[in-house]
Amino acid sequence: MSHDTSYTKQKFKLIGSRVNRPDGIDKVTGRARYGADASAPGQLVGKVLRSPHAHALIKKIDTTKAEKLPGVKAVITSADMPDLTGGNRSMLDILENCMARGRALYDGHAVAAVAAVDEQTARQALKLIKVTYKRLPHVTDVDKAMLPGAPVIHDWVFTSGVDPKPEKASNVVQRNQFGHGDVEAGFAEADVIVEKTFKTEQTHQGYIEPHACLATVGPDGHGDLWVTTQGHFHFRQVCAALIGMDVAKLKVTSSEIGGGFGGKTHVWMEPVALVLAREANRPVKLVMSREEVFKATGPTSSTSVDVKIGAKKNGTITAAAAELRYQGGAFPGIWGMLGAMTSFACYDLKNVQSVGYDVICNRPKVAAYRAPSAPMAAFGIESTMDLVAEEIGMDPVKFRIKNAAKEGTQASYGPVYGPIGIGPTLKAAQNHPHMKAKLRKNQGRGMACGFWFNFGGQTCTDLNIGVDGTVSLAVGTVDVGGSRASLGLIAAEELGIEYEQVKVHIADTASLGHNDTTEGSRGTFSSGMATIFAARDAKDELCQRAAKMWDIPVSAVAWKEGKAVAKGKRHNNLAPLTLKEIAAKSPNTGGPIAGHNEVVADGAGVSFASHICDVEVDPETGATKVIRYTVVQDAGKAIHPDYVEGQFQGGAAQGIGWALNEEYIYGDDGLLQNAGFLDYRIPVCSDLPFIDTEILEIPNPNHPYGIRGVGETSIVPPLAAIGNAVSNAVGVRMTHVPMSPPRILKALDEAGV
Amino acid sequence: MSGFLVSTKINGDAFQFACPSEETLLDSLRNRVGLTGVKEGCGTGDCGACSITLDGSLVCSCLVLAAEADGREIGTVEGLSDGMKLHPLQEKFIEHAALQCGICTPGFLISAKALLEKNPKPSEKEIRYALAGNLCRCTGYDKIVRAVQAAAKEMRKK
Repeated sequence: MSHDTSYTKQKFKLIGSRVNRPDGIDKVTGRARYGADASAPGQLVGKVLRSPHAHALIKKIDTTKAEKLPGVKAVITSADMPDLTGGNRSMLDILENCMARGRALYDGHAVAAVAAVDEQTARQALKLIKVTYKRLPHVTDVDKAMLPGAPVIHDWVFTSGVDPKPEKASNVVQRNQFGHGDVEAGFAEADVIVEKTFKTEQTHQGYIEPHACLATVGPDGHGDLWVTTQGHFHFRQVCAALIGMDVAKLKVTSSEIGGGFGGKTHVWMEPVALVLAREANRPVKLVMSREEVFKATGPTSSTSVDVKIGAKKNGTITAAAAELRYQGGAFPGIWGMLGAMTSFACYDLKNVQSVGYDVICNRPKVAAYRAPSAPMAAFGIESTMDLVAEEIGMDPVKFRIKNAAKEGTQASYGPVYGPIGIGPTLKAAQNHPHMKAKLRKNQGRGMACGFWFNFGGQTCTDLNIGVDGTVSLAVGTVDVGGSRASLGLIAAEELGIEYEQVKVHIADTASLGHNDTTEGSRGTFSSGMATIFAARDAKDELCQRAAKMWDIPVSAVAWKEGKAVAKGKRHNNLAPLTLKEIAAKSPNTGGPIAGHNEVVADGAGVSFASHICDVEVDPETGATKVIRYTVVQDAGKAIHPDYVEGQFQGGAAQGIGWALNEEYIYGDDGLLQNAGFLDYRIPVCSDLPFIDTEILEIPNPNHPYGIRGVGETSIVPPLAAIGNAVSNAVGVRMTHVPMSPPRILKALDEAGV
Repeated sequence: MSGFLVSTKINGDAFQFACPSEETLLDSLRNRVGLTGVKEGCGTGDCGACSITLDGSLVCSCLVLAAEADGREIGTVEGLSDGMKLHPLQEKFIEHAALQCGICTPGFLISAKALLEKNPKPSEKEIRYALAGNLCRCTGYDKIVRAVQAAAKEMRKK
């Protein structure tokens, strides 16, 4: 049954209230079970042996001694994980990333794995595996990897998107170009042109929970996987395909997830756990160490970006262009393409062109990280926007407002926008008291804008009404940040009952149809939509039952504020029936009452934000402290404002870490030097101020409640906002993120300050 | 396996377990005692997710050998509430939405409780420095600090 997805200006009773989350008690008492918190009788401990080289041929793996160690139940290498992908290169990439096939492609690449009766035995077994390597030349820098003489990592990668198609393999996977108009003509019209190159270093999502799973595969070919993931349906599909299982025979249950931010949308080690479990015929628990998380899961790209913007003295941009080079790790990715698409999405431009390159390096395979690829592009573009504003002597906020995209603007990446929030967030930022606050010595203020597409996708929910009138809502989008509270509010709102009457569950893959992964800020948008429609189905059924109870035609029954009401004068002697009363009679009126919905949730509204930031830079040490931070973002409709603010604040904090401190540091040997939280330092409580938020609500016309995804955009502006603030504080333009103390001191030194 | 028999009091109850000599208290609590509310985020004392109290002192249980807990009292998140009654910190964390994924929450609660026992009226700065050993990647700490402030206020009323 199809439903109308358009926004309806419905008046809300519960939506927008700050209720307690349903999983709160479990999470403050230690009862909530995360990836590493499950156990099965007879379970073994799995461990993975990893490459100590950046790039090496694996000449021989001798596992005989490990196999003979008492207590070892399985030892596997890529020989135990045959290629069943049937020529699907991207699936083979996942398999090869889980376990090296003849070549180690980065420091930390899995080479072999064991399952043993306990931790100590498993660790000892790893030491007994002898691997003979032949080291190969490596490259870890994106610009160097593109040079003609660079070591070519895969002989099957030929750059796509260039004409003519290259005859020689290289590290450049693809070139993608977006834009419209004539940028050369546009630059010719400009009074001022600014050109600048920017660099950003590689960062990790830094979720506090390491990857963990518990895998079981029986001799009958049936399996169970308990795993911390953003998308258990996707994990089921990938794992089943890679190890040759029927999809329906693998049940995947998503544990509570201890942070993901994109990093848990990808399969890194779960097929290894399943193969170990199959070999040993025992459950296997595989938990990564923090070092493994840094070395062998997917951080985001390091980048190198050239930006050129031309404008008239009156502030009109005549042309804008960017070339963006994204390091994607050891396998092909789409990150440069996404970077190029997002580059100029905030602005209404007559002539615009962005070109993205995806480049392979000897680093771990890059994964999505919250609005993947957008923050780096925004760093280059939003920094250059400030430089152009300065050149023409215009306030940088006014300059952005003058050029902001609006309804009807053709986006630089193609589509024409509907109602959008970039202009309103800029105006709110301009009028925010933060903009007028006084700055002291060594302090600077910066602002920047950000964009993210948002995504909808395949969604499915089940809403079951118990005989006591309470509602169990089963959804298939993993709850990464409080979405169960939002979806409970939506179900209660729609049915006209109390929030406390609804309990929301995340269903496993055996209990619900396919749901796309919680990514693209889709959780509340898409499951919210499916919940509304499932509740409306249930209301139709409730009306049927009421009609039966009253013995009147269903056409004479309507649902109002949580009750079935008999319409018409003939029936005005019939007192309304509550959901509870109808549910109580359900065994005798047709059995259980449920609502169900499957939908491809199209029309995820695009998202925009404007951030303001004040910093203080110590000119002696180069240390920077964020002293005030404000996020203004369009949420479409904030279902649960606390968790919307939480997304704004969390994204800003991650962006602050990225801007000022976080980076993967590789030595000349191609090895990662800071694979731990001590040396890869994420912001701690004492590093940050309170992060102010302002939620704007410009309804998404393609969602009944007007919802837009809110999870990702908040990480897009911080690099540039802080870059602009630091540059204003020290009087020197910063072009390299993170702006760590040594880098700030170097920039001051080079500028002779 | 050479090992130890460790006799402890955990959240008020006497408890004995046997473990290998090199095992951390974190691993014993999780795998032998069954207290999986104590989380491992790093195993190197950098994230604070495994925070517990040992004889009333705040420690990272990943940096303590299980054998060292012999004859000592351990406090974990599982012992925070009094029967059905939540500790004010637990209540305020829920009310203020001070958790998103929640993996760091047990550690934050234990650290915050240790702070408030020493300093019932901490300033924002004191809260931020007291919690600087606990990493949270979801919240930006804003709502955590506010929840601790609210709990401190609530606890001072009593």
